[in-house]
Amino acid sequence: MSNPKGISIEGLSAGYGKKTIIKDIDLSVATGEIVVLAGPNGSGKSTLIKAIAREIAYSGKISLGDKDLQDIGREELSRRLSIMMTERRSPEYMTVKEIVAMGRYPYTGSFGRLRDEDKKVIGEAIDLTEISDIADSEFACLSDGQKQRVLLARAIAQEPEVLVLDEPASYLDIKYRLLLISALKRIAKEKKPAILVSMHELSDVKILADKVCTIGDGRIQKTGRPNEVLTDDYVKELYDISEELWGQTLI
Amino acid sequence: MKTFRYTTVYIVLATLLVVLFLCNIIAGSAGLTVGEVLSAFTGGADEAVSAIVLDIRLPRALAALILGGILAVSGFLLQTFFDNPIAGPYVLGISSGAKLMVAIAMITALSRGIYMNSFFMILAAFIGSLLTMAIVLLVSLRVKNMALLVVCGVMIGYICSAITEFMVTFADDSNIVNLHNWSLGSFSGINDDNVKVMAVIAGIALIATLFLSKPIGAYQAGELYAKNVGVNVKLLRFLLIIFSSLMSAVVTAFAGPVSFVGIAVPHIVKRLLKTVNPFVMITACFLGGAVFCLFSDLFARLVFAPTEVSISSVTSVFGAPVVLFVMLERRRSYE
Repeated sequence: MSNPKGISIEGLSAGYGKKTIIKDIDLSVATGEIVVLAGPNGSGKSTLIKAIAREIAYSGKISLGDKDLQDIGREELSRRLSIMMTERRSPEYMTVKEIVAMGRYPYTGSFGRLRDEDKKVIGEAIDLTEISDIADSEFACLSDGQKQRVLLARAIAQEPEVLVLDEPASYLDIKYRLLLISALKRIAKEKKPAILVSMHELSDVKILADKVCTIGDGRIQKTGRPNEVLTDDYVKELYDISEELWGQTLI
Repeated sequence: MKTFRYTTVYIVLATLLVVLFLCNIIAGSAGLTVGEVLSAFTGGADEAVSAIVLDIRLPRALAALILGGILAVSGFLLQTFFDNPIAGPYVLGISSGAKLMVAIAMITALSRGIYMNSFFMILAAFIGSLLTMAIVLLVSLRVKNMALLVVCGVMIGYICSAITEFMVTFADDSNIVNLHNWSLGSFSGINDDNVKVMAVIAGIALIATLFLSKPIGAYQAGELYAKNVGVNVKLLRFLLIIFSSLMSAVVTAFAGPVSFVGIAVPHIVKRLLKTVNPFVMITACFLGGAVFCLFSDLFARLVFAPTEVSISSVTSVFGAPVVLFVMLERRRSYE
């Protein structure tokens, strides 16, 4: 874990106004590694991601590579860190290719004209996320599952060192979840960004994560390999599930 | 494919612009022949003819072109800002706010015997626009529904118009007749100097907005996203407000409130181009707005000649149905 690139978080606390939601978070993601944040609703996963996105104020330290996040200018940051939020606005008439091309924003000139190099990166992003069959379709007309992979392609077209995704698999059916997971794995292998993802579905976490970090009550509870961390007993404890409820659902 | 579509739309708009511009100069209640009009430009016409053509019709046509163009661009910027296809300077009450401030400034100046030049008219209109914009922004913090925001804007517009009416009614000056005509919206009475001033300001504002087209494109995909790719969102929002207010202020200062151009034109242009690309949209909106206003002014002058109707009546007749259509269509797409 001593890889200098990627993202590392030390002693992070953040919240809204005076209310602290997450406390003393320590976490690091090396390049090419996929770390998944798991935990109950309201445990602070989104708050952590918002702190990384500099949407909310925080105390503690977040570093990209060996540079403090606070010391990185807007432009440099946009080339190093890409964040895929749940916010989704569908501009009219835009094709998938055009949406992915928007990821090149930090690299293009003042009128956004794409150079050959940009086009190459866009093509790669489209291949990696397996959306070449819909590349010329209108974005607004796609299904949620397709849209998520398009937005993922846009995020990696930014060629970031660190890719952060807030609940990218929510509301998707199993096929689209698996497609998203396989795309993320391919990206990690070929582009080697550090990937931090928050996720709900624990079965997905197990197939995606190199490392899982569980968050409960605003603190990191456990960190480790998903199969070691996410045991039945621990899941019951983390999500506060009674034996009775657990038993019922197993029938 | 897209390039072909863009080129076609640009050529059609540019052709319409030239044709309508010429019609505006040739046609009119004075009944001049084409030859007489041409001779005014070559210097061979008698004084009366050349005065009609060069001092009345030409400035008026240029004003309709420039003001119509920036009015449509102003609407496009507001729609982008509020992420609301039925936002525009007129329906949000911004034109009426500018009108009120100009009326206050004019009445104050007239009562003291001071002549208001173009610059002060624009300044007053700009202040009025910004003040109304501030109120609309406060409302928009609470109101997320796009139709409700417009209802609030219309109300703000009514209040401003009502106060303007009061002031016009109770101010005693013969010049107030002009003020009354102006407050209904009209391209008449614009002179050469006015045209120069509006051309300079419109030109600067237009070029500046074109330079914003890249960040506007990112902003269209969402505020958080724009931030993520490195856009200074606060600055962009500020500039969108400043330029849209400035452009609608210039229109109001010279022509009074002109309704619905800001919504109808961007919508039609977007439909024709099938894109929201800001650079393409801004340039095409300018052309489209110019065409729409040249047509509307021709209509206002000629259809009930010698009586002239206000420009807003004409733009409403053609523009308001488009707004209705957008609202109904949006509703359908949500269902």
